[in-house]
Amino acid sequence: MKKSYNLGYYFSEGFHSIFTHGLMSFAAVMMIVACLLIMGSFSLVALNLERELGKLERDNEFLAFVDESYTREQAQALQGRLEALPNVAAVAFETKETAQQNYAEKYASDANAGLYSELPAEVFRDRYSVHVKDLSLLQATIDAVEGVEGIEGHQAAPEVAEGFVLIRNVATAIALILIFMLLAISLFIIYNTIKLGTFTRREEIAIMKMCGATNGFVRGPFVFEGMLLGLFGAVVAFFLQWGVYALIAQAIDTGDTFQLITVIPFGEIWNMVLGIFAATGLVVGTGGSVMAIRKFLQV
Amino acid sequence: MPRTDCQSSYEESKMIRFLDIQKSYDNGTKALKGVSMRIDDGEFTFLVGPSGSGKSTIIKLITGEEQASGGRIMVNGYNMNSIRPNQIPYMRRTLGVIFQDFRLIEKKTVRENLEFAMRAVGASPREIRKRISYVLDLVDLMRKGDRYPSQLSGGEQQRVAIARALVNNPQMIIADEPTGNLDPQRSLEIMTLLEKINELGTTMLVVTHEKELVNRFSKRVIAIENGRIISDETGGYYKNEEII
Repeated sequence: MKKSYNLGYYFSEGFHSIFTHGLMSFAAVMMIVACLLIMGSFSLVALNLERELGKLERDNEFLAFVDESYTREQAQALQGRLEALPNVAAVAFETKETAQQNYAEKYASDANAGLYSELPAEVFRDRYSVHVKDLSLLQATIDAVEGVEGIEGHQAAPEVAEGFVLIRNVATAIALILIFMLLAISLFIIYNTIKLGTFTRREEIAIMKMCGATNGFVRGPFVFEGMLLGLFGAVVAFFLQWGVYALIAQAIDTGDTFQLITVIPFGEIWNMVLGIFAATGLVVGTGGSVMAIRKFLQV
Repeated sequence: MPRTDCQSSYEESKMIRFLDIQKSYDNGTKALKGVSMRIDDGEFTFLVGPSGSGKSTIIKLITGEEQASGGRIMVNGYNMNSIRPNQIPYMRRTLGVIFQDFRLIEKKTVRENLEFAMRAVGASPREIRKRISYVLDLVDLMRKGDRYPSQLSGGEQQRVAIARALVNNPQMIIADEPTGNLDPQRSLEIMTLLEKINELGTTMLVVTHEKELVNRFSKRVIAIENGRIISDETGGYYKNEEII
């Protein structure tokens, strides 16, 4: 029962304290909003790139050509060895006749279609199309496939994949650095806000301690204040993030520059964004207030 | 609160006992040099002495704000030499402390000041209502419960501070210069009130400089000077003018 009286007291005191030093509280909330917004934006860029990369990985394949001296049976026997290689998702064998047919079909509408369709099958080679699991390991996989006896040459276009991998890694790295930096700044601002509150109420704290209040009881209102500030900042940041994301998504969808990219609809990720923002706000708010009140408990 | 190792037997539980207490501060000041005393349940004791004699240090040792450098202290059954930090709040609930400057929260009414002290120990709203009415009646402030401290006289403010010290029903009240900011008439009223509370069963330790007040009440007087107890008798240290 006592716990519920205390919770009501913590909440009302914490809530009241936010308005006692309103300007500092406002600054703390704005700082949390800014931090979450920047952090969220970079994380969402990284998330979208990750999704694009996933799609690219699913589509991604390269061709490995079989040694011309190999018979059809020998060529087909290579399939098991290729499948056993690391990072190989799937392997499909294609005869040179099928390859010729596909080639002719591909260029059927071309002005010189006759040229392509009349190419003899001997010009082509038996081949494997190899799908990879992780696009960032494409070059290593090509090298491994080339190392298999009976494979002579390959055809791949790793540049696009490498570009995506690079952008994703940079975005992830920037997001991580920003997350740590901004979390530290938010923590510092909350710490100072709560410290100001504890300073103005130091006499009350001393009286409470002299009356026999436990550290938990003294800490309670300040922790609630920090939690409320963090949570409020998280909710504001969530709605702003939603707006910013929708604007950017619209620009990408309608623009010509980013035709390769399809943006994840916010409706698919809103609960994750809200959850992460709320959790971050709460952790920063609670952590900052616990750190700030520590000194004042030593009475 | 369950009974723990640092709490001793019931016989020792309601008193203060100092055994050869030494206290040195970090700056090298030796505040107490072998103080031994015992205050039993229900006693009214004056602690007197000049400034810097060690009176405040004794209070800080009793309330757990400071730790003794040597010797043994028992406060209401708690061994202050081995008390864990998380038990100090529970020890303090057995004490009520009154200060010279009242230390009331200006933005709270009289009733809210008392309520604040009871909330600090986790009392329920029902307990709070019941106890506050009783205590306000005891200090004769029933009609002024909704006033703010700034709307009260010095004597009334000190009565609020006494009510706050009493509100959690402590075993002992420690009053640190409770009449230091009051005129002689109000001082007498406050001291009479403390005597009345003592007669109701609360042990009282009053630190004061007020010679006439001490002499007016025929109580036990412990005199301290340069960190040592120089007399401990019933009847009043300040009667001996040469020692002052």
